[in-house]
Amino acid sequence: MSNIPSELRYATTHEWVRPEGDGVYTVGITEHAQDLLGDMVFVELPEVGSEVGAGDDVAVAESVKAASDVYAPISGEIVEVNEDLEGSPELVNSDPYGDGWLFKIKASDAGEVEDLLDAEGYSNSIDED
Amino acid sequence: MTNKTCLHAKHLEAGAKMVDFHGWEMPINYGSQIEEHHAVRQDAGMFDVSHMTIVDVKGSQAKEYLRYLLANDVAKLQDKGKALYSGMLNETGGVVDDLIVYFFDETDYRLVVNSATREKDMSWLMSVAQGYDVTITERPEFAMIAVQGPNAKEKAATLFSAAQKEAVAGMKPFFGVQAEDLFIATTGYTGEAGYEIMVPEAQAADFWQQLLEAGVKPCGLGARDTLRLEAGMNLYGQDMDETISPLAANMGWTISWLPEERDFLGRTAVEEYNRKADKEKLVGLVMEEKGVLRAGLKVQVEGGEGVITSGTFSPTLGYSIAMARVPSTIGATAEVEMRKKWVTVKVVKPSFVRNGKSVL
Repeated sequence: MSNIPSELRYATTHEWVRPEGDGVYTVGITEHAQDLLGDMVFVELPEVGSEVGAGDDVAVAESVKAASDVYAPISGEIVEVNEDLEGSPELVNSDPYGDGWLFKIKASDAGEVEDLLDAEGYSNSIDED
Repeated sequence: MTNKTCLHAKHLEAGAKMVDFHGWEMPINYGSQIEEHHAVRQDAGMFDVSHMTIVDVKGSQAKEYLRYLLANDVAKLQDKGKALYSGMLNETGGVVDDLIVYFFDETDYRLVVNSATREKDMSWLMSVAQGYDVTITERPEFAMIAVQGPNAKEKAATLFSAAQKEAVAGMKPFFGVQAEDLFIATTGYTGEAGYEIMVPEAQAADFWQQLLEAGVKPCGLGARDTLRLEAGMNLYGQDMDETISPLAANMGWTISWLPEERDFLGRTAVEEYNRKADKEKLVGLVMEEKGVLRAGLKVQVEGGEGVITSGTFSPTLGYSIAMARVPSTIGATAEVEMRKKWVTVKVVKPSFVRNGKSVL
């Protein structure tokens, strides 16, 4: 059974969202997602300063198995990306909810976070897969 | 109904992620495919290859039969235990399967063929055998474990009896020997030194456990694929099949054209292919920028279009490599369509890593 921290919110497309205060949210992919993809070899991240809409494909997680789009779970501005992933993409596998985070979004509508799944909802959604 | 090898429980015990591989439930990895890959390049790893099909060919006409069946010529085999890689071709010059044949004497050979093609191969072997005095016997009672890597032989040898150690002492690459209950061969599919060991099923789990305790890391099919691709070795069904000439699959070196009077299955068709103007060939591709070349991607080259047959991220090199079947007019570079944009990649011989080091 894969680890789904209860304090995070989730998109059905396997991203997680963590509030950092001031309307900034950290985004990564779930343990379940990294497990499906296998060893990560490249992570392509969005440009800092770019405006993204909820559901836009903004990053690519490329593993030994496949290249997979990562979607912005909420709308807003990309304010930071995880530059450690450039040299160490495997952090997404080893610590998907910690050092393997992908980018931070300054939300333009914090209400969108409420539309995301909670841990239980996400857990149910992957059971249906 | 999924087949399981006799090591299935050992895989689960080691935390393997199991997948369906042509009807066999096999480990794809035991956590990290890349770590397993590095273990084989730098130390020692082991693969359960018990799903592969072992076939003994015996009889007074075993040699004649194999000289007709295979594009490579078993008459080259003079030393007991020597192995030969060959394609088995159909009448139209396509590849029915690739295999390894071990020579014991002119009436006694052993073949190892792919598992994905087992039924097809067995009926092919049987049908070609009509009229020859040969007996063809599958040997499913053996498990097979490949132990590969720079320290593989040394670690595997800790399990051998005195007689087995003596039997493999000084054994050159591409030989096999029956030593007491084990058949030990210096073959593999990784580009590293090591053994492929056939062990009676009843002893296989115990043998696997002892290898684990000797410090050999279990490796899954994921690492097996990246290792063989770095080594430039073909995967049947991907880099060649029944519709592909061995000449378009970097298997020209496995065809014995001489002596000219030897007839082998597919000979006329491959000779005809060889005379064609618009031949294809299998090349290596290297892409040093971000991204991964994948099987099925189109390749634009001088004089036409080709396709990537196998592609991956090379853990040893740190960038992507591939094999592609392309018009033989290809130059030093090619264009590959990657995620909606065309990328220029380098064209090389289809061999990337040997004995832990880049050969580019």
